[in-house]
Amino acid sequence: MKLRRSMLFVPGDNAGMLSTSFVFKPDSVMFDLEDAVSPQEKDSARLLVYQALRHPSYRDIERVVRVNELNTEYGMKDLEMAVRGGADIIRLPKTETAADIELLDRQVTRIEKECGRPSGQTRVMAAIESASGVVNAVSITRASPRMVAIALAGFDYLVDMQSERSGGSEPELFYARAAVLHAARAAGIDAFDVAYGDVNDMDGFMREVLIAKNLGFNGKSLIHPRQIEPLHKAYAPTAKELAFAKRVIQAAEKAKREGLGVTSLDGKMVDPPVIAHAEMVIMRAEAA
Amino acid sequence: MDIVRNAIAGTLESGDVLVKVSPSEDGTLTVHIESEVIKQFGRQIRSTVMETIKALSIGAATVVVSDKGALDCVIKARVQAGLLRGAGATDLNWKVLG
Repeated sequence: MKLRRSMLFVPGDNAGMLSTSFVFKPDSVMFDLEDAVSPQEKDSARLLVYQALRHPSYRDIERVVRVNELNTEYGMKDLEMAVRGGADIIRLPKTETAADIELLDRQVTRIEKECGRPSGQTRVMAAIESASGVVNAVSITRASPRMVAIALAGFDYLVDMQSERSGGSEPELFYARAAVLHAARAAGIDAFDVAYGDVNDMDGFMREVLIAKNLGFNGKSLIHPRQIEPLHKAYAPTAKELAFAKRVIQAAEKAKREGLGVTSLDGKMVDPPVIAHAEMVIMRAEAA
Repeated sequence: MDIVRNAIAGTLESGDVLVKVSPSEDGTLTVHIESEVIKQFGRQIRSTVMETIKALSIGAATVVVSDKGALDCVIKARVQAGLLRGAGATDLNWKVLG
């Protein structure tokens, strides 16, 4: 089980941010070669990200690379670099069908073989940015054993839907959030909520964090380091939740010692899903 | 690899480095380094620049490096980008760029 509350976007051509982002301790850092990098800087950004991937300061942080779409002139070059550089996860933008992930899987497999990385070590995730992507989310999440997460990208999705952010409870994103999250849960992978674009509006950001957390998202894509700490605090369990989680684990361990499949605590059944949730609560508390 | 055109990589922003590459007029390798921390890290910066040039098998070029407090890995990447742009190279050998 991996804690994935925060995925911090870092522009791939920003040397200063690439040199310092690890100090903010996001759960995952996403080096962006796509939208954040202008066409004339793609080559240089690719080399910068390659060096960042290999830098010891990022050793303890999950390193994600957002490549350009594979059918662009940049996509395959980005992928060659990212897999050879040791990226933990490749984030594929604008994923619309399972075939997009299947193609990614085949190319990652080829590159791993060519550069000597263990087969299957490079994981992948899909960013859903359109109505087609939302509709196909179930097949996308199951398109490769490398899939570890799916992310909803709100801006492009709302453009595709001919809608826009309304603030408040954001009904315009409800269906996409629910669809992506259900696809992720059914496939047993993680789900990231949309990035919040106004870094000066912390009230709006926190409103959205609570929506995502209550729906069940593992975390959010983030565009600024200042969003990390409030997000982590929001995901931190209360003392009461932590105490109960510890009791669940104790009860489960006791049942295991006694050879029981399930047990109960305070009159409620303690089964694998309850135990998994308790482990997540403890992990979030330790990381908070 | 031959440097066949003028090229620039990087920026003058804090934590970055600007690398200017041009073909050599007399077939020699000339490297000029400017840095706000030249007294403390000048030797290390030069070592990184020279190793990067050597790894790409550049024998003749003029390379001007303006450092703004960049990490070694940033200097390496920007020098690589400048040289590859100057050589017009598109197929990268990632083992050499390591």
